[in-house]
Formats: sequence, C-alpha cells, structure tokens
Amino acid sequence: MSSMHDFTLASARDALKARKISAVELTNAHLDAIKRLDGRLNSFITRTPDQARAAAKAADEVLAKGEGGPLTGIPLGIKDLFCTNGVRTTAASKILGNFVPPYESTVTSNLLRDGAVFLGKLNLDEFAMGSANLTSAFGPVENPWKRNGSDAKLVPGGSSGGSAAAVAAGLVLGATGTDTGGSIRQPAAFTGIAGIKPTYGRCSRFGTIAFASSLDQAGPMARNLQDCAILLKSMAGFDERDSTSVDTPVPDYEAALTRGVKGLRVGIPKEYHAPGMPAEIEALWQQGINWLKAAGAEIVDISLPHTKYGLPTYYIAALAEASSNLARYDGVRFGERVNGSSLDALYEATRAAGFGEEVKRRILIGTHVLSSGYYDAYYLRAQKVRTLIQRDFLNAYENVDVILTPTAPSGAFAQDEKPTDPVQMYLNDVFTVPASMAGVPALSVPAGLDAQGVPLGLQLIGKFFDEETLIAAGHVIEQAASFTHRPAIHAGVSA
Amino acid sequence: MSLDAKTVTRIARLARIGLEPGEVNALGQEMGSIIDWVEQLNEVDVTDVPPMIGTGLAKPRLREDRVTDGNRRDDVLSNAPDREGPFYTVPKVVE
Repeated sequence: MSSMHDFTLASARDALKARKISAVELTNAHLDAIKRLDGRLNSFITRTPDQARAAAKAADEVLAKGEGGPLTGIPLGIKDLFCTNGVRTTAASKILGNFVPPYESTVTSNLLRDGAVFLGKLNLDEFAMGSANLTSAFGPVENPWKRNGSDAKLVPGGSSGGSAAAVAAGLVLGATGTDTGGSIRQPAAFTGIAGIKPTYGRCSRFGTIAFASSLDQAGPMARNLQDCAILLKSMAGFDERDSTSVDTPVPDYEAALTRGVKGLRVGIPKEYHAPGMPAEIEALWQQGINWLKAAGAEIVDISLPHTKYGLPTYYIAALAEASSNLARYDGVRFGERVNGSSLDALYEATRAAGFGEEVKRRILIGTHVLSSGYYDAYYLRAQKVRTLIQRDFLNAYENVDVILTPTAPSGAFAQDEKPTDPVQMYLNDVFTVPASMAGVPALSVPAGLDAQGVPLGLQLIGKFFDEETLIAAGHVIEQAASFTHRPAIHAGVSA
Repeated sequence: MSLDAKTVTRIARLARIGLEPGEVNALGQEMGSIIDWVEQLNEVDVTDVPPMIGTGLAKPRLREDRVTDGNRRDDVLSNAPDREGPFYTVPKVVE
C-alpha cells in the first residue's frame, strides 16, 4: 500500500490512464493518510471524504471508457479561500465559520472540469494574512519537517500553510494556493515543495475570497514543477467575471519543462544580498547560479534599486485594499453576527468578535492610511513607489530573461519562535513581495536542506506571462538539486 | 511613535471594529511601530511618478447589456444570519 504514496501527480495521472491503479484506491489511500496524520498536522479545516469517494468512483467510470480530462481521478486539496459550491468555506476566520457558498470559484470549477477529486478545504492564515499559518481561527498548521534530532513543531509558512503541509506530507497530490505577497512561494520553500505564483491576471479571482485585490493571484502547489505545470494549465484562463483577468491563450506548461536554459540570461539582483542573511542561504543561492551556468545559462548582475521599499509599500497597498475588501463582513448578509442595540453596535460587535488580532490590526492600519488627511501621505505615495518597483523589473527584463533569488531569508522556524514584533514577521516576505507588487510571475523550487535538515527554496522571477521560461529554468534547478528528501511526517512512513 | 488613544479610537470607529478599553494602548503601540516603519517611503523621490493602479495588463472590456445571472434569491439569502422571509433583518434604524 505504501507505493500509493510514492506517486507524483504526473505519475499518478499516467498510472490512472493506463489503469494500473484505480481512482478509488488512490483516493482512499490519501483519505487514510489524512485520517492517520492530519489530527496532528491540522492542514485541513474541512474534510470531504464522501464527496471525494463519489468523485473517484465517477472518475473510474470515465477512465474505464478510455476517456477523462487532464486531472481525472487526481486527489487535490483546496485552500479554504476558494469558494466551493455547497462546501463550507471559512478563509480560516471565525466570521465565516459557517459560510456555505452557493457557487463555485472559477479556479476550482476549472479543476473539476478537468476531473480532479477534492479531498477537502485546507487551512491558512486568517484571510490569508500571515507568514506562518499561526493566525488561523482553526488552529496552527504543523510543518511535517523536523529539525535534526528535535521534535519542535515548525511552522509551514503562510498563508498557504495547509496547502504546503498537505502536499509535503503526501496527503494530497497537489493543492491550490493563493499568493498576495509570497503566500505560495514562502510556504513552498518552508516545506520542500514547488509552487508557482502566476502573472497577475493569469488565474481568475472570481470566487476567491479577497485580501488585496490588486495583488491576489491563485497558483498551484505540488511536489515538483511538472505537477505544478499540469495544475496551472487547468487553473489558468480568461474569465469574463474577473475584470482583471487577461484574455491570452494558456500554453502547455508541461511541454516547457525540458526546454533547458541554454543561452538564457539570468539576472542576479545585488539588492537581494540582505544584511544578516544566513550564510547557508547565500551559499544555496550561489549553488543555484552555478547550476544554471553549468546548464548553459548566462549570468548577469542586475540592480533592482527599489527592492528595500517593497515591503513597506506592500503593507500600505495590501492593508488599504484589505480594509476595503473586509468591510463586507458586517454580520448582515452572511457570516457570523453578534447582535447590538443599534446597527453600528451590531457591526462593531460582529467585527470585534469575528476577526482575529492580526486581521483587526491590518484593517485598522489600512483604514488609517486611507483616512482623510493621510491618504496622500501614505496610500498615494505607496502607489507611486509601486510604479518604481515595477519599473525596476521592466528595466531589468530589457537585459535578462529571468531573475534568480532565494525564496525566503530563513528556513522554517518553530511555532514558539514567532517574532513578537509584527514588522519582524513581515520580513519573511522580503524576497517575494517585489514580484507581487510588479505583477510578474515567480516560483519557488526546493533546492537543498539547511544545516538543521530543514528545506530551503530558490525563487525565479519572470516576465509577464512567461511562466514557461520560469518552469524550464526551475526544472534545471530541480534536476541539479535532485531534492528527494522527505519530511519526518509523511504518508509513506508507517507510524 | 505610538498612536494616541484618541486616534486609535477614531480609526476603529471608521473601521467599525469594537475595541475593549484595554486593547487601545497596545494597538496604538503596534500600529505606531508599523507606521514608523513605512515612513521610510518618504526617502523615495516620487516627483512626476504616476501611481500604479493595477498592472495594466487587462484591457477594459465592453459587453452587451443583458442579464447573465439572477433569479437566485434563495441562494443569495441562504447564508443570512437572520432573516424574515426574503428580507435581511437589522436593528431598528429609523425611529
């Protein structure tokens, strides 16, 4: 039975098509693993085993006829930020604790159209606001990785921490994530998996609970880039229900995997040599440079001069948008309500009880930077700096095809090592935020382990809608790194 | 610099988030330190730089003015925390 946990998404797809395994047995093996391990990991908020078994049975019927889509019978987990028709969708918030959407998000519709089997809804930071999956109203997620000789509970990163932990532990073959400032890439790095934040506008935002609308972008998380490429092809595409969706054809990302990097110009931004960055991350970055060079890429030193302003700009823009987006949770039309003697008292009591600390703090700061007398000084100025950050990337792409950086300034830290200063916590996203601000695509691939045995990732940042080059370059790193390590807690390890 | 209690209370009122009196000072400090940190953007010369409003990748679209969705009253109301028939309820607003 343990071989059921050795499949990648791609190899499971091929085995299903060849009828070497059935969708029902594949789904059951994953449901069993969830039952065994997820009481501890807490990567799922809602499990849907009955729907999953029914979908797997239907998948087998389709496959038996020699038919089926690109994902028929593949067990996936869905970040609980995507609305799923008839299945509770919480955004990991108390305020949506009993929210059952009467419609399906476009991204999950696309996956269902292609035959995927959903095993449930995955944990995250509340409203995707966090970098350690410690702010969920449904409890923290445990990273399945352990430091050598230590049983300390590590964080899986965030906000897509449940997605990352579930993929890393072998509970699902792939998962959806969303990335606003690094929420796919940073948890992917912390858990030794691959994740892609596509170009802004590549995947529809329709039915994805909004955090910061000008930044939010859905993307795939899976064991490797081939699996991510398969998922991205299914998730991406034009949607007239999202006004920022871009009408451009979806290429065959999987076909780009083996293109190689011969002649590719890879930019190394000097500003990403952050002060205080651990030597082993610098060393890993250099290793990545050497791998790409050995495969025929040309390495070019570049400058992204506004890098250091990425995080403060992000925290103004994202929090301003969050304060507007989260105004809808008022206890009247949906979500939890706490009654009050007047309408205002009802709003205030509902939002005080329904939102967690980090979400409240962010709404308040967002409200402050948008308020009369402060708007120009904070919000408008941040939008102008954002233009400069985007120009940095567009200028760099005059001369290079992709940019290579570390994904995060550290490996996963322990749950009880959480910084008490919110700004310290925000620094986790220092390398991922600039690409989000510019709207360009980026990915993270596992590239090695740190001295304590915890995974580290490298990030590649690309040109608008050039996810294919990212995938090709990422695959070169994947092959060179031959990252085959598995976490201590894994479905394939008998307890 | 910490935000004073009056400012925090005013912002919380604008955001319709009820605060306990005991929360105000700690929040003022945390928000103040985040605001201090974002002040570094004042170093950047933004003369003649236009604000970035989205990525500009999606073109504004026109479509035919016709109903594409609707007649789903019960779906729309299905998550209401309290309702009377087809209406949401709220505390009395008009005396």
